[in-house]
Amino acid sequence: MISLAGRDILHSWGKFVFTGVGLGLLIGVTLTMAGVYRGMVDDAKVLLDNSGADLWVVQQDTLGPYAEPSSLYDDVYRTIRGMPGVDRAANITYLTMQVRQGERDVRAMVVGVVPGGPGEPGQPGYLIAGRQITHSHYEAVADVATGFKLGERIQIRRNHYAVVGLTRRMVSSGGDPMVFIPLKDAQEAQFLKDNDAIAQQRRRTAANPAFNRPGTPGLLDAVLASQSINPYINAVLVQVKPGFIPEEVAKPIRRWKRLQVYTRVQMEEILIGKLIATAAKQIGMFLVILAIVSAAIVAFIIYTLTLGKIREIAVLKLIGTRNRTIAGMIMQQALGLGLIGFVVGKISATFWAPIFPKYVLLEPGDALLGFAGVFVICALASVLAIRAALKVDPAEAIGG
Amino acid sequence: MHEKGIRIEGLRKRYGKGDTALDALKGVDMQVAPGEVVGLIGPSGSGKSTLLKCLGAVIEPTAGRMTLGEEVIYDDGWKIPDLRALRRDKIGFVFQAPYLIPFLDVIDNVALLPMLAGHPNAESRKRALELLEALDVAHRAKAMPSQLSGGEQQRVSIARALVNRPPVILADEPTAPLDSERALAVIRILNQMARQYETAIIVVTHDEKIIPTFKRIYHIRDGKTQEEAGEGRAFE
Repeated sequence: MISLAGRDILHSWGKFVFTGVGLGLLIGVTLTMAGVYRGMVDDAKVLLDNSGADLWVVQQDTLGPYAEPSSLYDDVYRTIRGMPGVDRAANITYLTMQVRQGERDVRAMVVGVVPGGPGEPGQPGYLIAGRQITHSHYEAVADVATGFKLGERIQIRRNHYAVVGLTRRMVSSGGDPMVFIPLKDAQEAQFLKDNDAIAQQRRRTAANPAFNRPGTPGLLDAVLASQSINPYINAVLVQVKPGFIPEEVAKPIRRWKRLQVYTRVQMEEILIGKLIATAAKQIGMFLVILAIVSAAIVAFIIYTLTLGKIREIAVLKLIGTRNRTIAGMIMQQALGLGLIGFVVGKISATFWAPIFPKYVLLEPGDALLGFAGVFVICALASVLAIRAALKVDPAEAIGG
Repeated sequence: MHEKGIRIEGLRKRYGKGDTALDALKGVDMQVAPGEVVGLIGPSGSGKSTLLKCLGAVIEPTAGRMTLGEEVIYDDGWKIPDLRALRRDKIGFVFQAPYLIPFLDVIDNVALLPMLAGHPNAESRKRALELLEALDVAHRAKAMPSQLSGGEQQRVSIARALVNRPPVILADEPTAPLDSERALAVIRILNQMARQYETAIIVVTHDEKIIPTFKRIYHIRDGKTQEEAGEGRAFE
């Protein structure tokens, strides 16, 4: 038996291809949305991977440093370094802000790290050009996604930094590229006030009788000095010694240092389960709507195509074609349309995904799921047209 | 070889019920022998289409008896469980417009019926090609219906009606869209095929050009048929 659906598609291939391309672009958008979600999850995992940490020590009762603000004294790392099972510990600060370069500015996550070599917690794992930060001030390593180039000068708050190294895939959980600067500079950038504000703060402090006691001449200077420095960091990243279980290392830190400690698994749960949960639901809603729109389009197209063939269907029924042959023809056409749409959609998504400003991760598993979804949607969408076709009376082929 | 062609006795068809009921057929009698082509003529609303639909097993008569060859297909109720198979294997249809399937080429339009009946594609196409040769359209076997002239399309639709060797062919105004020459050509072909394949052919027509060609004519008026001898001009 010949394939009636195949012959019909070949006969009116232009109609099918153009419709399939339209549907494909919609499927491409759907696959891209799934890729955006996967990209967000991957960004979160990359953020954790690139930090090089096994444990994140943060302020008690916070979900810091990524999901909530966290503030620790910058000398805490010393005591943590002495805890059993701790190999390396390093301070780190995170601040998402606009980083200026000439006339333009880039949204970036500024990461304050202790200058040192690769392997230290928080350091960029590898560079694609240049070198790591070696000085304590005014050097930066930037992710290539920022668009900065080696040797360029960038401005963070009031200070300028020379880009000495470039790295890749170092992004925040929101997908913003990272700019690494020395910790001291980052601490200053995080809490730095403008000169007017500093002068006003000094006046206010001097005017406060509690800090400016005539009988205690050094007190005001001491208070003013404490106001002009920032001894805080956002987290201490910890690497555990080989053979130690991170959770076992975390327990005494929680107990004796009275700090919150998260393992990699817990931090991943915070990032994916809490930080990007709303965005994931948003994307999920888009996917559902897109699936419904795709189904409606396929149903409408197949229904319209079927209505255009009512006379042929009546003739087919009159000459003895089984209902299941006619139903099969319509369903095969719907599936054919879905196949064309999926191929176009997959190709489109693959081509336009790299253009997106944030990372879009197209996973083969999602493509397979999408392929199955498209086929299910097309099969369901063809039901309306099949019902219409099966209702056609073969007597319609005979005049009168 | 079909022994008896088609025989209809006391066929009735009533639409609706109660006060609004309409008797479209009021006891039609008709017999067409194998190899014979008869005309069925009558004014609009006389019941021609209803009779054709009953004969084509697409609507159920209310009462009467229909015999196809040796087989009683209706006797106050269908005697054949699978009417779809009956239409496919035992009845050929030729329509006013050819109604060829636009996405199949000529040979597959004809071969589709044997394929639907479960015959292999190659054998079905061989049978189709033989008929297309007999109808002088074999050279257009690979053409699409839209590439054929009206006369060629009608010959292909005749080939489709004949391909399963049905004992009866129902032709509904087959010459309506054609000029005199082509209309007569179609009737000549129908007569030739009826003789060649021992098929009984009923031609429903209004066409004054072809009415004189029938040897026998059934007039249908107010749901009843009346048999008349025709002139049988062109085919003596």
